[in-house]
Amino acid sequence: MDLRLPSKVLEHILSFVDSNEDRNSVSLVCKSWFETERRTRKRVFVRNCYAVTPEAVARRFPETRSLTLKGKPHFADYNLVPDGWGGYAWPWIEAMAAKCPSLDELRLKRMVVTDECLEKIAASFKDFKVLVLTSCEGFSTDGLAAIAVACSNLRELELRECIVEDLGGDWLSYFPETLTSLVSLDFSCLDSEVKLSDLERLVSRSPNLKSLKLNRAVSLDALGSLLRLAPQLVELGTGSFSDKLDQEAVSKLSQAFSEMKELKSLSGLWDVLPEYIPLLYSVCPGLTSLNLSYATVQMPDLVELLTRCSNLQKLWVMDLIEDKGLEVVASSCKELRELRVFPSGAEGLNDTNVAMTEQGLVSVSEGCPNLESVLYFCVQFTNAAMVTIARNRPNLTCFRLCVMEPFSPDHKTQQPLDEGFKAIVERCKDLQRLSVSGLLTNKAFEYIGTHGKKLRMLSIAFAGDSDLMLHHLLSGCESLNKLEIRDCPFGDTALLENAAKLETMRSLWMSSCCVSFGACKLLSQKMPKLNVEVIDEHPLETRPDSSPVERIYIYRTLAGPRLDMPEFVWTTQKNPEIGVSHLAIK
Amino acid sequence: MITELEMGKAESELELGLGLSLGGGTAAKISKPGGGGAWGERGRLLTAKDFPSVGSKRAADSASHAGASPPRSSQVVGWPPIGSHRMNSLAAKSAREEEEAGKKKVKDDEPKDVTKKVQVGFIKVNMDGVAIGRKVDLNAHSSYENLAQTLEDMFFRSKPGTIGLTGQFTKPLRILDGSSEFVLTYEDKEGDWMLVGDVPWRMFTTSVKRLRVMKTSEANGLAARHQEPNERQRK
Repeated sequence: MDLRLPSKVLEHILSFVDSNEDRNSVSLVCKSWFETERRTRKRVFVRNCYAVTPEAVARRFPETRSLTLKGKPHFADYNLVPDGWGGYAWPWIEAMAAKCPSLDELRLKRMVVTDECLEKIAASFKDFKVLVLTSCEGFSTDGLAAIAVACSNLRELELRECIVEDLGGDWLSYFPETLTSLVSLDFSCLDSEVKLSDLERLVSRSPNLKSLKLNRAVSLDALGSLLRLAPQLVELGTGSFSDKLDQEAVSKLSQAFSEMKELKSLSGLWDVLPEYIPLLYSVCPGLTSLNLSYATVQMPDLVELLTRCSNLQKLWVMDLIEDKGLEVVASSCKELRELRVFPSGAEGLNDTNVAMTEQGLVSVSEGCPNLESVLYFCVQFTNAAMVTIARNRPNLTCFRLCVMEPFSPDHKTQQPLDEGFKAIVERCKDLQRLSVSGLLTNKAFEYIGTHGKKLRMLSIAFAGDSDLMLHHLLSGCESLNKLEIRDCPFGDTALLENAAKLETMRSLWMSSCCVSFGACKLLSQKMPKLNVEVIDEHPLETRPDSSPVERIYIYRTLAGPRLDMPEFVWTTQKNPEIGVSHLAIK
Repeated sequence: MITELEMGKAESELELGLGLSLGGGTAAKISKPGGGGAWGERGRLLTAKDFPSVGSKRAADSASHAGASPPRSSQVVGWPPIGSHRMNSLAAKSAREEEEAGKKKVKDDEPKDVTKKVQVGFIKVNMDGVAIGRKVDLNAHSSYENLAQTLEDMFFRSKPGTIGLTGQFTKPLRILDGSSEFVLTYEDKEGDWMLVGDVPWRMFTTSVKRLRVMKTSEANGLAARHQEPNERQRK
């Protein structure tokens, strides 16, 4: 009697298994389970596009409907990764087009996407539905036109903080009159003006439209007519909020806002004039998410708005809110879970007229019992404040503190901020993401290594005394997945001592540290399952082993060395002559 | 296991030098006793000495700087860690504010760190019968011949990794001399459509807004050429 579960039955059971972690376990049971699982997996996540080849993924999961990919390391957001490093979407799109015809959702982050890629998507996947590009670059509005014209069942098109070559607003007019399936459209990062009549027609023929994020060029007047066409919106990103409107237009706009009973998320609000803030009052009680990080209004106006947002869970705001404003948030927004405070000056410390201190965050930690995620730019902090915050909020899962002036000590005691961060990692047992700043010694990292057992992502800049600190982190933080470090005196010894740890992590980034060329070579030779990339834009003619490297990016991979490395990326596989101490430059 | 003692020893061999660290890709300067490296312009690790305004104990002990003023946090690449998109937005906002205030401040270093390359010389090119337009960098061309060649390559030859837009023409098109099926036209700053090639190249580059490869049969209404092709002057 055959005791195996018939594959049809297994398939049916697996149709209820959504989590890929579970599916990964299923695929390890035996060969036939592996086969059944791989043929039924519908969503694939590749969090480092170089960890595995596109062909391998496409071959293994031919029925996949959704692919999520991430390319460049996180520090690329801050211009620390030179242009041309990599992260190309093309090989993935090509491989999926060849083997996975059912693909209808693509989500890419920090990747280079060209117009050819977009044209290929439009041409290859007949029922394409969802395209979400976050922090991507390399394409123009022509590529968007290609998607618009060809994807007749498009549901979501979202461009989040992409760098797009903007050739004009025509791309929007390429959406055919027959397209009525749109659920979400986000073109907030584009500059050019789109034709209002095209946008209005698109919105009016999209009854399922739930999320609309306009770009800055859409005027306040235009917003009024759009809102009247789409009162059902759940997420709205306005355009510029600053045209001078006459009384009638203002009251019509106010009316339009009050009709929006479903609105939960509001963003945009560029250049918002204080006199228009009251227009938003009617939607405030329903809001769970508010992004004011581009709204350059002063504290009193912000406070008026926030006192009415009693259901707010996510708040992004500029430091114009000041400590006082955060006190109001603490008393009005009891449901708050996530707070991000951004600096209002482009140059951070030097431009800003406001001084965000530890006080604001302490108030919020006291008043908001559900606060779990914090990103906080400020000019000063104290150990005592961090101890208080940790005591108030042991439920923190993400704590990213950026005291903007590097090496800033506790401004009251002039001591390093070691004890403060100690309190955070000791108390917040579920902390998964941590960014540190300010003056820190070895001690801070000893504490993090000792207590940060659930830490998955750690970002460090301008900190530390010596190599021992890296050793504490690599040997202590059991769950460490991503580590990114810049301008710290971490070097060879800790790296080599903890080489095995690197295979358990997704990636390690170190720039402007003390890692030597020789150590990179050695690591590369010892650990074949890692790609060790030395990223040097100004290498020396002859490169002795003791010479420091500008940047090193190490990640585990099944794919071996990648084939698309630019000139300035050196690996021992690509440059075998590195094995010898003399390096010839072209 | 690394002991403190060993680390301490390693530390004494490291000497962090002073000097300015500007721009990207800074690296540590490690000078071992008995000779340093020839690091020259390479940056070096920033320490608390570089940020004396902070008033830390280290800063108070700092030796004199190498002459120039120490870098502030704003001069370090990627610091504070604000996403480039936000930086661009803030930079654009402050540039607008300054213009409105009547003064124009020229920022030389910031834009390199803050904005991506602004593609000033690129203009859009569309071709009749082809849905997807392209863009071409006028700054990268020195003459009409150049430009014609690029356009021919773009629309009529498929490159690896791209979808051939129209197919398999292989002979040169000569879209500039009126002998092929297509002509090259452009829209100038006034919004008029003209045949390409009538004015000197430099003048053309300053007045062109976008290009269109048009079927000769449809180009009849356009501004007529003044000269025969072989008599045409081109700079």
